[in-house]
Amino acid sequence: MSKTPETTDPRVMILAPGDNVAVARTDIRQGTALKVMGTDITLKATVLTGHKFAFTPVRKGEKLVKYGAPIGVATQDIAPGDYMHIHNVASDYIPTYTFDAGHEFFKEAH
Amino acid sequence: MVINAYLRADGRKGIRNTVVVAYLVECAHHVSREITYPYREQGAHLIGFPGCFPNPYSYKMMERLCTHPNVGGVLLVSLGCESFNKGKLLEAVRKSGRPAKLVVIQESGGTRTSIDEGRAWVEQTLRQLEHTPRTPMGIDELIVGTICGGSDATSGLTANPAMGRAFDFLVEQNATCIFEETGELIGMEHWMAKRAENPALGEEIVRTVAKAAKYYAAYGHASIGPGNADGGLTTIEEKSLGAYAKSGQSTIAGIVKPGDVPIKGGLYLLDVVPDGEPRFGFPNISDNAEIAELMACGSHLSLFSTGRGSVVGSAIAPVIKVCANPDTYKRMSDDMDVDAGRILEGKGTLDEVGREIYDLILRVANGEQTRSEALGHQEFILTYKTFEPLGPACFPSAA
Repeated sequence: MSKTPETTDPRVMILAPGDNVAVARTDIRQGTALKVMGTDITLKATVLTGHKFAFTPVRKGEKLVKYGAPIGVATQDIAPGDYMHIHNVASDYIPTYTFDAGHEFFKEAH
Repeated sequence: MVINAYLRADGRKGIRNTVVVAYLVECAHHVSREITYPYREQGAHLIGFPGCFPNPYSYKMMERLCTHPNVGGVLLVSLGCESFNKGKLLEAVRKSGRPAKLVVIQESGGTRTSIDEGRAWVEQTLRQLEHTPRTPMGIDELIVGTICGGSDATSGLTANPAMGRAFDFLVEQNATCIFEETGELIGMEHWMAKRAENPALGEEIVRTVAKAAKYYAAYGHASIGPGNADGGLTTIEEKSLGAYAKSGQSTIAGIVKPGDVPIKGGLYLLDVVPDGEPRFGFPNISDNAEIAELMACGSHLSLFSTGRGSVVGSAIAPVIKVCANPDTYKRMSDDMDVDAGRILEGKGTLDEVGREIYDLILRVANGEQTRSEALGHQEFILTYKTFEPLGPACFPSAA
């Protein structure tokens, strides 16, 4: 992953310049201190392999950018070190269906 | 010579030598399964269509699959009263030069006599196929499909881009490569359009993905499931970015629909989403429905990336399983042909794994069994859809 700048911890990937999403290369535990793109952050939750976290503030309504492309919108303010997933990010196209309460797609479809 | 292929009477070249047993309605499924079961390790594969109402899409799929280059002979099993046009299919298979037989359960005396009659024919045909002539086949005659299933956030980091590299190597040799899952390309349409061979094809690509987005929106469910979310994929756009990486970097030569076999080498997008108003349910009810469509477009084999850990194979055409997630690989290595997750661990590069996949494709084309083949996986599924013919902009320019 040659795109990862030298100022980023080897356990972390930034997939394209300008991304505001960091990707874990391996499971990283809550409380771990990491340098990402030159910024010191502390993980507020355990982030599993391939999952995402913030290293820069993302305001509610702003796009998340990964691989240099928008992957959704922040549904609340996200702070550096926050885990980024369905609890604080939504699709701009079609909602993601999960087993969690409040994500039952049949409710809207029927 | 690169590949030692099986030569069919219609001139097509296959990399496997199977006898297909095909049920023409669910009511003939059990009899067909019983016929196939004793011979499944000797090359008898079960396919079929469960519906009783006629449907041009499913007829076309069955005809393409029964005359697939990997298929050497076909046993059709009918209950007798279903709507499927068995006479037309039997004639099409015979016209292709393949041995074919029709068993009609209501005429042959019921379950037991149909099974006996079918097994005798399959046994005899398998013996006959041992004498199938072999012929040299170049990489430029090979058709390879790609699909991802049981994806997680590692799929788009390792296995998918590595398979994209393998696709680039194949397209350089003028092989035919097909990627699909237009419902998992939502958000990518304008990037993809820039890779089209000409602007008119680019516009068709944008329309094709817009159709997929409309279709899924009507059902209120994108092509992203709870397992994808557990694996770190948050939105369909994010999943799409990862899925898109399977296509590699080559120019997109054309669009095909299920059953259309590309006429020359290059990279093609397979449009799997039905035309017209949403009907008949979800376009990709499971990964094997898409593998069947890739096969109907002539795919000799499929590349299948998985992060969560899918185990499926397919009837008719081998499936090469590329595992994206290093933890999944450690748990399920017996099911996986390629460990792409090692890229995350710093133990390999995308180019190295892409080359490994390319080399494996050639070995599998020459008869090496994939893991899913060795484990006896022969999944198959086919349901109803409606398609309109391709528009002129979908074809590659003649050259």
